[in-house]
Amino acid sequence: MVRSHVLICGGTGCTSSGSVAIQEAFKTNIEAFGLSEEVKVVETGCFGLCALGPVVIVYPDGTFYSRVTADDVKEIVEEHLLKGRKVERLIYSDTGEEVADVTAVALSDTAFYKSQNRVVLRNCGVINPESIDEYIAMDGYEALGRVLTEMTPEDVIKIVSDSGLRGRGGGGFPTGFKWSLCAPNKADQKYVVCNADEGDPGAFMDRSVLEGDPHCLVEAMAIAGYAIGATEGYVYVRAEYPIAVKRLQKAIDDAREYGLLGKNIFGSGFDFNLHIRLGAGAFVCGEETALMTSIEGNRGEPRPRPPYPAVKGLFGKPTVENNVETFANIPQIILRGADWFASMGTEKSKGTKVFALGGNINNTGLVEIPMGTTLRHIIYDIGGGIPGGKAFKAAQTGGPSGGCIPASLIDTEVDYDNLTAIGCMMGSGGLIVMDEDTCMVDMAKFFLEFTVDESCGKCTPCRVGTKRLLELLDDITKGKGTLEDIDRLEWLCNYIKQNSLCGLGQTAPNPVLATLKFFREEYVAHVVDKKCPAGVCKDLLTFTIDKEKCIGCGLCARNCPVNAIVKTDYIAPGHKLASYAIDADKCIKCGVCMGNCRPKAIEKI
Amino acid sequence: MKSLAELQAIKDKMKNKVVLREGNNELRVVVGMATCGIAAGARPVLNTIVEAVNEGGLADKVTVSQTGCIGLCQFEPIVEIHEAGKEKVTYVKVDTDKAKRIIEEHIKGGKVIAEFTLSDLK
Repeated sequence: MVRSHVLICGGTGCTSSGSVAIQEAFKTNIEAFGLSEEVKVVETGCFGLCALGPVVIVYPDGTFYSRVTADDVKEIVEEHLLKGRKVERLIYSDTGEEVADVTAVALSDTAFYKSQNRVVLRNCGVINPESIDEYIAMDGYEALGRVLTEMTPEDVIKIVSDSGLRGRGGGGFPTGFKWSLCAPNKADQKYVVCNADEGDPGAFMDRSVLEGDPHCLVEAMAIAGYAIGATEGYVYVRAEYPIAVKRLQKAIDDAREYGLLGKNIFGSGFDFNLHIRLGAGAFVCGEETALMTSIEGNRGEPRPRPPYPAVKGLFGKPTVENNVETFANIPQIILRGADWFASMGTEKSKGTKVFALGGNINNTGLVEIPMGTTLRHIIYDIGGGIPGGKAFKAAQTGGPSGGCIPASLIDTEVDYDNLTAIGCMMGSGGLIVMDEDTCMVDMAKFFLEFTVDESCGKCTPCRVGTKRLLELLDDITKGKGTLEDIDRLEWLCNYIKQNSLCGLGQTAPNPVLATLKFFREEYVAHVVDKKCPAGVCKDLLTFTIDKEKCIGCGLCARNCPVNAIVKTDYIAPGHKLASYAIDADKCIKCGVCMGNCRPKAIEKI
Repeated sequence: MKSLAELQAIKDKMKNKVVLREGNNELRVVVGMATCGIAAGARPVLNTIVEAVNEGGLADKVTVSQTGCIGLCQFEPIVEIHEAGKEKVTYVKVDTDKAKRIIEEHIKGGKVIAEFTLSDLK
């Protein structure tokens, strides 16, 4: 009889840090200690704390081991599983220090998980994503069953509308309303499409759902199909997500075998089929019309709207397209009711949102929190603050389409409308935290480089405009900009926003506009003083050695890759050796000398 | 899948297998499983308890877990019952027969078996 479950994260993050070897080691050791009958090893989806991977959770006590290696496994099996003594040195603690009372540390007690409210991620890291039975045990497919046997399509749309669910892909369009626009349109064929082409740098919540709970998406899409009268569905996944694709395919196959996809589901006469299409890595294919064009087998380019997909979408038929996270909310809304969902969040943004925390933050990973949580709470309580005790400068939301929230607005309650009001965008939920050492002009340039690369080239404002924007930014970071350039930058941003064909171009200038709004003085410093206040833009930096502080050890000169540091004949009072100096013409500003200098005599200005 | 009843049947069959991971049980049965406990026969006791809990359909209410040495090695195998809002009950020198009675009388019946506890042995 099984008395203990060992859950090993099989998400992309932990897989790349070696969780497959850990799984093998558990199996061999459990066998060696004769525990095969008593302990079960389960591979799950992402737990969310990717920075601390690979992670292993032991139930029933819920002990959370982090940064486990294959060599640690024997100890866990022998000590914990056989003798009931937790391996203290591997137990995760919020402070990073060893914990005094290890019996108290269960996953749900850590600050990282305590404030979370897992709806979308409820099964991630809890069930085996490749087992349809485990999904069913967690109320899986019950929502579909109820919808098909007890509800009309109108009932389904009403409950989704009443819940207040809005599109999680970035736009925040009300999901129920979207469905209601498509449902009345008559056609011989309609489609449900899932956008799993998650392309924002740093965002990976959709991948986690696909890897950790793929049946949830299958179920939700079938529900959407019933609501709008579609019998075919497509999931458009990036090919860069191999584990997600494999598990989703298995989920579809298993659901078909159980008769949860296919003909006459639950004896209701409703048919639904699901197909996977792989994206080829173009960011623009995350835009709904470009995505559909790509599924049709054409080059992924957006098309003008109207006609909207609800009228004329995939293959010219009425189509509803939603994002993975949006769909993942649906079964729970059906089972627990619109009121339950609407009780979470703010007035106009209901439910929870998954954020991918990244950048200068201690707990990088995935968190799911109610809408309206303040940025301060996300960064300092859940995210564990900023490494090295540095000051928070800004957070970028919505990736290359979003904007930044400056430190002065850290108490903003994060929801769709508050972010739009300050010129940001929720986006798909990437949240990149930046500390005091970040140059905002350089950051804007980084995202612009991304959109210039990813612009599909169909419309001129985006194709040419973003390129010109990048050139202006490049000049500014090199000290070649003028004050007029800043005005030109602003004008061009607004022009691109108003005249681009699709969301990519319309949002591409956002990082520039937001940084101009909140950090204009940094732009001015770059063009007027020719200085980068954060010390990032290399062309505006000079490295100098304070000859009074230099002890003449020569470590900097030995490590300089371009031999730009030479000995002088000046010996500072109290020192024995002559000091060194940097030849500014030869210096490539790599900063190696600064890192090596023990008396901290090298300055960057 | 033809009906909700069919789905429910799979769910019922599977529920016991995943309930272990929910961890919101009000009642915890903890078995001392250090070297002393194992030497005194704690493993068959633990297995008996796990089986009895599952067979009795108690898996969603009762968590069975293990702990290390409690420090009373001469009284092993030791089984502790932690119940929300009640004082901890410690059973000592438990064997498989005693374990079965603890499940029947204490866990199911709610009656502490005084003769198996530490205080009575003293």
